[in-house]
Amino acid sequence: MSSAVVRLPDRQLAAVRAAYRGAARAKRVQFFVAAAVLVALIGLSAIQAEVDPKTFFAKIGGFSSYFDRLATLDTGARVWTDPVSWFWSLKRSLRLIGETVLMAYVGTLSGAILAFCLNFLASPNLTGGATTVFLTRRFLEFCRTVPDVVFALIFVVAFGLGPLAGVLAIAIHTVGALGKQFFETTENIDMRPVEGVRAAGASWVETIRFAALPQVLASYASFALLRFEINVRGATVLGFVGAGGIGLDLMEAIRKFYYSDVSAILVLIIAVVMAIDIGTQYLRRALIGQA
Amino acid sequence: MRTLANAPPIDVEALKRRCPSAFQANWRARGVAAVVMTAMLALYVGAFVYFDVPWGRLLPGLAQLAWFVREMVPPDPGGHLATYVNALGETLAISLLGTLLGALFALPLGVLAARNVIPAAWLRLPVKRFFDSVRGIDTLIWALIWINVVGLGPFAGVLAIATSDFGALGKLFAEIIESADRREVEGVRAAGGRRLAEVRFGLLPQVLPVMAGQVLYFIESNTRSATIIGVVGAGGIGLHLAEQIRVLEWRQVSFIILEILVAVAAIDFVSGRLRAAIAGRRSAPH
Repeated sequence: MSSAVVRLPDRQLAAVRAAYRGAARAKRVQFFVAAAVLVALIGLSAIQAEVDPKTFFAKIGGFSSYFDRLATLDTGARVWTDPVSWFWSLKRSLRLIGETVLMAYVGTLSGAILAFCLNFLASPNLTGGATTVFLTRRFLEFCRTVPDVVFALIFVVAFGLGPLAGVLAIAIHTVGALGKQFFETTENIDMRPVEGVRAAGASWVETIRFAALPQVLASYASFALLRFEINVRGATVLGFVGAGGIGLDLMEAIRKFYYSDVSAILVLIIAVVMAIDIGTQYLRRALIGQA
Repeated sequence: MRTLANAPPIDVEALKRRCPSAFQANWRARGVAAVVMTAMLALYVGAFVYFDVPWGRLLPGLAQLAWFVREMVPPDPGGHLATYVNALGETLAISLLGTLLGALFALPLGVLAARNVIPAAWLRLPVKRFFDSVRGIDTLIWALIWINVVGLGPFAGVLAIATSDFGALGKLFAEIIESADRREVEGVRAAGGRRLAEVRFGLLPQVLPVMAGQVLYFIESNTRSATIIGVVGAGGIGLHLAEQIRVLEWRQVSFIILEILVAVAAIDFVSGRLRAAIAGRRSAPH
């Protein structure tokens, strides 16, 4: 077997080489233009955001010493040497974290149910009207784009301080976020079962129940679990604006420099969020595996 | 010719005999579903009891909400147009700088958390847990902490976004590197490339576009979170928004919300196009 590499005549080779160089140069120019635009944007942003490297380097020591103070009790001892006084308010914190998780649960479930009902209206393959699809999608977009803290701020004014405002804020944001993920799933289902059920004379609701649902339910549940985890994390700060949960205590502790209390609450939050992260991940794997 | 019209009628009894399971209700699955649903419902109702919801405030609250919405039209900056536009610019700047800064720090540590780079679990898992802990703390909490360090203002916001992104992006970068294909790296090695060439021509072309797409996506979603970190005093439009809600200036509130919606839609559009352009060459949907 001869393995000589065929070498093109020089004239042909020159043309190929020129084309290659041209293509390579175009790519390089594109890269440098993109880099220049990015650098310009960074510069503009740095001016706009009052980024001051001098303050940063002068105070960066404050960041590490902040964590040093977080790990120190009022008596000067390290927090882990005296867990009883570190977690002196454990009972109250646990109750508030429980409230936070419950807020996330109720908000996620309410939002998921509403998103479930709306998403079929936003999927063109199951809905007749283009207007319905358009309106539903814009509504979901609105719910998702306005941050939950903003809704919480408004609801606190309307319904008073407390978890109700937080639950409603989480629910509305969840409708938007889950609605989008739901209709993106529904849009891409296999249409053959839908056509089969329709041909057998099913109504719209029956079509959804027997043709669409079996295809999408597992991924819906998986999305909802992921959203629950995100909402637990988000619910920890809704208390900042008075919408219930652990946030109010945490903000007070941070603002009043109760360092060991801050670290105690943060440790509890991280532990709960991690536990929920692992739990939902396990459930989601089980769901996807079954589907 | 056989058509549907003259096909023989289906023998349902024979079908039932052939595959009985298709005609029977799966009672076990139904039972499990019923138990799970009842438990979820009980927790749901129990939560409302636990919250001690002031039901009496619900109707007046809804009426008040309706009144707020009526008060919101027409949106009106109330003479603060320049302030609000400037604050929005600050928000966008915070989101861009914060995300890029977070990505910059997440990259080296993300490499350390990737299984195919550091096979030793005792070295890799602490990094992963570290990312998880940073990620478990919300951006707003980081904002409060950074305010204690660098003072009030947008710089604290940049650092807050950078910190929480550092956790999220580090984890993602590790996963992206883990999913890279070994064969391209081995190909470069087989062609005589050195270690640096393996990374430059084998690994980077695979992971960089995916990472760039993720960073763009984070800039997009951080525009949303950057709108609220002003609520605690870390710069951007959030400060004005919270203030106007507290003094019940609903027209200015709706103006600011509209401004946010437009800005987020614009950023979504640009970043969507960029992500499609980056992903296009690899024919992979984002």
